[in-house]
Amino acid sequence: MSAQDAHVVGSTKLFIWVWFWLVLLTIIEVGLAYQHLGLALMIVILLGLSLMKSALIMAYFMHLKFERMSLILTIIPALVILICLMFISFPDSVRIHQLTPR
Amino acid sequence: MAHGESHAIAVEPTWEGGAAPYGIGSKKLGMWLFIAADSLTFSACLIAYSYVRLASPEWPRPFESGSIVNAIVMTACLLSSSLTMVIAVAAAALGERKKTVRFILFTIAGGVAFIVLHAQEWMALIDHEHVTPFSNPWGVPLFGATFFALTGLHMTHVTIGVIYLAIIATGIGRGKFTPEDVEVSGLYWHFVDLVWMFIFPMVYLLSNKS
Repeated sequence: MSAQDAHVVGSTKLFIWVWFWLVLLTIIEVGLAYQHLGLALMIVILLGLSLMKSALIMAYFMHLKFERMSLILTIIPALVILICLMFISFPDSVRIHQLTPR
Repeated sequence: MAHGESHAIAVEPTWEGGAAPYGIGSKKLGMWLFIAADSLTFSACLIAYSYVRLASPEWPRPFESGSIVNAIVMTACLLSSSLTMVIAVAAAALGERKKTVRFILFTIAGGVAFIVLHAQEWMALIDHEHVTPFSNPWGVPLFGATFFALTGLHMTHVTIGVIYLAIIATGIGRGKFTPEDVEVSGLYWHFVDLVWMFIFPMVYLLSNKS
């Protein structure tokens, strides 16, 4: 099957670079955890950095960057939309936080 | 006319589709579909956790620097095991069977190290801090419920992954499996790594003692 040949993609050097970036982003996350930022802001920043890490893993380690666009379009947009829809409850979470007596 | 068109498509496709529109084998497509479904399971759990975390002003922050260092080492184990897995997949595609088995074994070692470190973390929380899924000394039962549910679900995936990789390594060693089988198991392993990239900051870094 010709599709299998196409999967000999990416060199070890490239994968080590991706690994390096993943480790670096993790270190940045740990550093941020000890800064006294607001909780909501912290969640947004950590989620953003984690999204960057997952994009790197999916693109290079899971070879999605080297797959056909039809596969990417079948899997990714539906997932992204569904996950975004789950965030619809978050304003309520912030409201409960503000209402709770301390 | 319609018959003529379908004949033309069968002989000379105007797009790269036809019998294999995604250009991948059915096993790999199956794993991608499983990953899409499983990522929604983890997303629902993580978003429910983030909801209660944000809504609870008195959320405990029990993870001292020792726990955070432990979690960083666990993260490093998983990230490095993903690197060895991707090297194993490349070796399998080139037909280097021994190298494939060796690098899958490195991956398994990373997974086992992760499980051992994680089990220690669990035991410390249960024995020393008296945290259970239903109660804890800080009066926020949701902490234990979400912590054990999220990390437990993830650890189950890692354990299944280690068993899966052991089967693949044995099969590849005996020449029973194809490079595609290695690649499919690699997809699963990278997904487990990817999920931890969310659990580590959301669970540990948002509950660190600073």
